Amino acid sequence: MSVTKAIHNYFERNGLALGSFLLFAVFFWVVVLIILPQLSMLDFSFRHHLPPPEMGGPKDVYTLEHYKYLVLGAPGADSSYNVVDLGVFGRTLLAAVFVTILNLVICYPIAYYLAQTKAGGFARALVLLLIIPYWINEILRAFAFRIIFGETGLINEMMLTLGLIDNPIDFIRANVALYAGLGYAYILLMIFPIYNVIESLDRNQIEAARDMGASWARIHWRVVIPYAKPGISSGCTMVFMLTAGALAAPQILGGPSSLWFTQIIYQWFNQGGNWPRGAAFAIVLLVTCVVIVLSMMRLFKVKMGDIGK
Amino acid sequence: MSRGVGVTLEDVWIRFGDFVAVREANVNINGGEFFSFLGPSGCGKTTILRAVSGFLEPSDGRILIGGKDMAGFGPNKRPTALIFQNLALFPLMKVWENITFSLEVQGVSKLERRKRADELLDMIALPGQGDKLPSELSGGQKQRVAIARALCAEPDVLLLDEPLSALDLKLRQHMRTELREIQQRVGITFIYITHDQGEALTMSDNVAVMRAGVIDQIADGHTIYNDPATPFVASFVGENNVFRGRIKSIDGKHAIIETNRSGALVARIAPAAIGQLSVGDQAMMFLRPEACNLATETSLTHNRIRARVQNEEFEGQTYNVFLEGDQGKEIKMSLVNVGQDRQSEVGQDLTLEYNPDQAIILPFGELASE
Repeated sequence: MSVTKAIHNYFERNGLALGSFLLFAVFFWVVVLIILPQLSMLDFSFRHHLPPPEMGGPKDVYTLEHYKYLVLGAPGADSSYNVVDLGVFGRTLLAAVFVTILNLVICYPIAYYLAQTKAGGFARALVLLLIIPYWINEILRAFAFRIIFGETGLINEMMLTLGLIDNPIDFIRANVALYAGLGYAYILLMIFPIYNVIESLDRNQIEAARDMGASWARIHWRVVIPYAKPGISSGCTMVFMLTAGALAAPQILGGPSSLWFTQIIYQWFNQGGNWPRGAAFAIVLLVTCVVIVLSMMRLFKVKMGDIGK
Repeated sequence: MSRGVGVTLEDVWIRFGDFVAVREANVNINGGEFFSFLGPSGCGKTTILRAVSGFLEPSDGRILIGGKDMAGFGPNKRPTALIFQNLALFPLMKVWENITFSLEVQGVSKLERRKRADELLDMIALPGQGDKLPSELSGGQKQRVAIARALCAEPDVLLLDEPLSALDLKLRQHMRTELREIQQRVGITFIYITHDQGEALTMSDNVAVMRAGVIDQIADGHTIYNDPATPFVASFVGENNVFRGRIKSIDGKHAIIETNRSGALVARIAPAAIGQLSVGDQAMMFLRPEACNLATETSLTHNRIRARVQNEEFEGQTYNVFLEGDQGKEIKMSLVNVGQDRQSEVGQDLTLEYNPDQAIILPFGELASE
């Protein structure tokens, strides 16, 4: 079919008004809100950090200086690599992977339970309990976690009263609060994709496997998990991306010694006022995350098309 | 090579809350038998199957397999294999993995499993198809894979939950024969659930006809069809013309019933009802469409009914003639197509007659609702 024919058919099907609106909305969404800002960030990241009068002047040429800075550090520094920033970068990604796995381990049984027990009341109450916390904004939630995990917080007080510990544990310094906060923040994004897929799994398949003598572990390993793979990868992708890119939770819940890579990016943009460097760091984070996700998908043989399901 | 194991249900009750799904079921299935539960949907037959396979426990009574009480044994611990109505093949496993899943569970090596799968694929006439996915097979092939998967576990009892219902007519008829052959080859006990009387009668050694949680009759196909024990069985299995009335006289094995709309008619008392009927009792007479013939004489006797042709239907092997008696009673008569010209015309008055041994009388009771 020729392009003009396709366009003609498209307007025939949707009508002129709705058709134009859809085209405009999609164009605006993809080009103006996604592609252009990212391109301008990409452009920024390759420019020198110049005072406004010099922008567009003879000194405004493309450079790899900010990428070099991330890898090698400031010129003339002690070590030959930028140990601090790279260390934070690596730790952030590792922590994001850890939070994702933790989330999966917690959410898979919940999603399975919700999807396979058709019983209404309790399951629906559970879903509601999971959704309600999202009505509360992110900052408030993070501070609430700070209170719960604080030195005189609920958990420490309870454990002290019960005599489980003698001195309060510093959950903030140990980053327990941070991981809990991050894990909690994206629980729904993990549960719902898995829930969606498992809900469509024919219960007879589970019973058939059970009838053939399979243990619960094997039923999940051989029947449920392979079937739920698209949902699992979709949930993991979202949680990983959002955790690696989180800012508020690390800012509020992170221990004094731990820094999230997004905080460094934020510092360059804001306190440092160095947009090109912030942009370069952000692009590195984005590209690395995408590469990690794509290689995981290849490793677990998940197709891009499956994720949309 | 019969290694069939018997299955016994002793006073089995199954309740879901206040609802009684199965009421006092007593069934004795011999080892190596092809046994069917036949009944309309919702009669409790699938519930019985699930109780035998271990997916639910009876509320009362015992289920014995090979003489051993199965209480407390889950489905994975019973010597049964279940074939589901929708087959429940694992869509993401290859055919050979599907077939040998029970061996995988037992920890059999891959090499050995592959070998066993190839043997079973030969048996179900699908050689070399082991590496396909179930979605690449046709309906009948999937059916055979499901059978192979169930047989691979070498169960003592194979349970089948209407596995043919999704197939088209020709394939279904073919699979009937095939299932029966497989059963005779492997010699194990088959318990088959169906609402299709054709399936039950063609394949089974014995059939239990169920109605609303109650087993009305257990017998071989001939007996079920010719000597139904209740009006429900008579009207559910095959077609029957029903004549309601009161017993007028009883003479040994035969009785005359004064029907409401077709006069006094004679018929054989069903074996199950002998001794239960006395003169004046409400009763029902059942006359199969194929037991009706055209009378050559028109004088009325107790086995003749006068009627007018309302409609005629040509079904290929038979003509179905729909008649209306003098008092509005509708009667269906089936005449075998032997290539003759049509013997009746719409509007024509005729007399039909029947052999009194081919009509039966039962006490008044509930019919199968169509």
